Amino acid sequence: MSTRQFGARVKRNSDPRLLRGEGRFTDDIPLLGALHAAFVRSPFARATVLSIDVTEARALDGVLAVYTCDDIGHLDQELPLLIPHDCMTNPRTARPLARDDVYYVGQPVVMVVAVDRYVAEDALQLVEVDYDPLGVEMDLEKAVKDGAPLVHATHPNNIAADFTQISGDPAAAIEKAEHVTRITVRVDRSTASPMEARTVAAQFDHVSGQLTVWDGTQAPLAVRGGIASLFNLDEDKVRVIAPDVGGGFGQKIMFPHSDEVLVPYAAMTLGRPVKFIEDRRENFIGSNQERTQIHHVELFAKKTGEIVALRDNFLHDTGAFIPYGIAVAQVASTSIAGPYRIPNIEVSFKAVYTPAVPVTPYRGCGRPHACFAIERAIDQLADELGFDRMEIRRINLIGDDEFPYKRDGLLFADGLKVVLDSGQYHKALQMIRSEIGWDNFPAKQKAAQAEGRLLGVGLAFYVEGTGLGPYEGGHIKIHPITGKVYVNTGLTTQGQGHDTVFAQIVADQLGVAVNDVIVVEGDSGTFEWGVGTFASRAAVCSGNAIHKTAIKVRKKVIEAAANMMEADIDQIELADGHAFVKGTNRRVALSTVATATNPLRYAFNEASKAATQFAPASRHDGPAMGEGQHPGLEDTDYFSPDCATWAYGVHAAIIEVDPVTCKTHFHKYVCIHDCGNMINPTIVEGQVQGGFAQGIAGALYERIEFDEDGNPINASFVDFLIPYATEIPSIEIHHLETPAPNNPLGVKGVGEAGCIAVGATVASGIEDSMKHMSEAVFRHVPITPSMIHSALFQKSD
Amino acid sequence: MSYRPDISIDIPTESADPTRKINLKLNGQEITRVVSTRVLLSDFIRHNVGLTGTHVGCEHGVCGACTIIINERSSRSCLMLAVQADGAEIQTIESECGSDGTLSVLQQAFMDCHGLQCGFCTPGMIMNIRSHFNSGEKLDLSDEGIREMISGNLCRCTGYANILLAVRQAAKQLGKG
Repeated sequence: MSTRQFGARVKRNSDPRLLRGEGRFTDDIPLLGALHAAFVRSPFARATVLSIDVTEARALDGVLAVYTCDDIGHLDQELPLLIPHDCMTNPRTARPLARDDVYYVGQPVVMVVAVDRYVAEDALQLVEVDYDPLGVEMDLEKAVKDGAPLVHATHPNNIAADFTQISGDPAAAIEKAEHVTRITVRVDRSTASPMEARTVAAQFDHVSGQLTVWDGTQAPLAVRGGIASLFNLDEDKVRVIAPDVGGGFGQKIMFPHSDEVLVPYAAMTLGRPVKFIEDRRENFIGSNQERTQIHHVELFAKKTGEIVALRDNFLHDTGAFIPYGIAVAQVASTSIAGPYRIPNIEVSFKAVYTPAVPVTPYRGCGRPHACFAIERAIDQLADELGFDRMEIRRINLIGDDEFPYKRDGLLFADGLKVVLDSGQYHKALQMIRSEIGWDNFPAKQKAAQAEGRLLGVGLAFYVEGTGLGPYEGGHIKIHPITGKVYVNTGLTTQGQGHDTVFAQIVADQLGVAVNDVIVVEGDSGTFEWGVGTFASRAAVCSGNAIHKTAIKVRKKVIEAAANMMEADIDQIELADGHAFVKGTNRRVALSTVATATNPLRYAFNEASKAATQFAPASRHDGPAMGEGQHPGLEDTDYFSPDCATWAYGVHAAIIEVDPVTCKTHFHKYVCIHDCGNMINPTIVEGQVQGGFAQGIAGALYERIEFDEDGNPINASFVDFLIPYATEIPSIEIHHLETPAPNNPLGVKGVGEAGCIAVGATVASGIEDSMKHMSEAVFRHVPITPSMIHSALFQKSD
Repeated sequence: MSYRPDISIDIPTESADPTRKINLKLNGQEITRVVSTRVLLSDFIRHNVGLTGTHVGCEHGVCGACTIIINERSSRSCLMLAVQADGAEIQTIESECGSDGTLSVLQQAFMDCHGLQCGFCTPGMIMNIRSHFNSGEKLDLSDEGIREMISGNLCRCTGYANILLAVRQAAKQLGKG
């Protein structure tokens, strides 16, 4: 018998190809005679466009077309609002090319198409745009004050959305509280920085009317729908393919960026393939970002440490537009109580327009912000009430017997209820206590302090609503020639290893080798029902859909094989790419079964020759296929979760701060992590490690900086401190596996988990390292050496 | 709705940039090409020669995705013009595996250790490590030593941990440590 593949550390199917340099990223796809697009972008954060002169640019040799908002026909419209919500008033989205006004540095104003990118960039220099710059306010707290310059004249105080959610009866609970902890925390703006920036290529066949778009996106089916709608084409005439995509981390979920509309438009207009391969500077100033939030949290507690209510009021920076609605802020607001019992919650936010790159999800999507807020608040509550940080958490963590734990009144970003479905929070806390050496740490810390060293321990717990709906599908067919199993789903990969984990799920049902399962994702031409890759949902949604489909195909294989070998259904076993009759040496290859289930069988090969001798082939008493039968071994099914499934974990770190350089050094970093049943622990660990690295980046290094006029001042890999291997410490990962009760595989998402608790853990540890000598608190990430220096020398930051 | 090409536009096939003929040895083969004098070596390799395994991640010499080996030293191909490579001997990722596609020890170690996710930075990472392996120097295979070795290459997916394991595994197998 084959060993079970679910749960095994299987190597990835995609790796040999990627390692040989045979990836198929958008810019690798050979498109004969492809033209190249480049954009004139606004140099002002907010300005009126007085005039645009493209005469010289158009006249340059090698330039095919120069488009302003007047040259793109019906596409000159505000682009779709992807996720509407009642709390937004007149939500604003961008036009593909600016008309009359520009709203952030980097906003596309003119598109040039030329024979190559070099000439296209020459032409950008020849476009003359006259601007009348307007006043801006980049500070989120000042932007909501009366009299602040407005991003959109339609929106007083720059308020894009204002939303409050209530769970329980916070007013009553607050009245009875014996203690209140108040804290303000800040998380700065950052960016996903996938190693491959965004890409779009399009080719239009005027004969067939077929538009093909290669888009480095996380949601090709959404892009297909959007293009069909904006161009008024039949969906059938638009094929969108997400080929290999070099990382996404959320930035590639938003649609449409201007280029995703204008590149297809140019390809259709010019009758030649057109490419836009974003460069790194454009990715910094033109592709969506995330993170800035300022939370004011109040925890209402009893003297026993029990938290009875939480109130959070926060500002969320949505940038110049709000195309993705309030998703990021809503995820933050529904994650704010973390893993704690807290039965009464009032959480409100204001989403604020700022003249900067629009904000849409970046790995974590509001969760790191919420975790930073609640965990910093809990640490402070512990200090104020005189509790150990571990103990205050133990008192408030939801117990195993309290699941499912509902937060009635809160709705998650998918519009569904917040139900923490399962977990072993207390066990996780015990594990981290022992793994980090919590109980021995005070002695170590004292010894270090005696030598003048600053040693601290940090701790943070997190929860993560994963596997959001509405659904994904899975399609499986067994190829009659090779016997290989083809699997399609509607979402797509940016390196997570879907092609391997989905193959493992299928291999278990069909008894085939993992590398004989070919997973094709991200191509609307192969499967056209689905949503996209975001919210740590691939394993939960597509994984379960594929699992359900595999069970159906298994049944078909067994029925056909039983018929062919004249055995009972319950005598058939599937293993090693064959169907066996139990306890005998009778067996038939899956390719042969697949061939036999297709009434048309030319004798192409041995499988088809072999198939002709079996029962279905020799049927002469009616039509070759009975009513309701389907040729081949193929099926499709879907999975639609009733609500998110909540993963969780806890991080702890022993951190030393160098009092001279103010650099932080990690002695130990431990992560306890539970994403339900693991399909492939190696891939889970890879996801956690990668998320952790982005967490370290957000905790200590990365921040998009603007000057007071709204110019980004570190928009390159030279100045934006993206970590190399030299900046990322080692991490120890320990797994817990609490099966998710609400899906057949018992899995929870893991894509975003690693990054969520890092900021809170690092801040907690740094603060602890200097508690004996400083009143300083760390409530703002990233924590820079300057902030540490100010803290050590008692200056306000 | 009907979309038809705008026939008023005369579409040239290439730019009018000045060109120059260059000769180089690429992955063991002598090649001669006429190139635009301002074309980056990375673009030349990818689009003129058609070897797309070398990736371009930043075009300002920081991310290391475009790293190749030029005259036995690892170099960023986005920081050089193609004409500067005239007469050079170059290896790209396409030279790393066997002619039948068999992975090299180093590539196999990346696969064994899950040292890649999206695979975009991987070719540059591998070529940088390859140049260290080829240098004959005794490699420092401590975590810190390997971190230093790959400190010219950004990876956004893996958090580097598994890359450290892969480098160590390959170096030990090849007797480099």
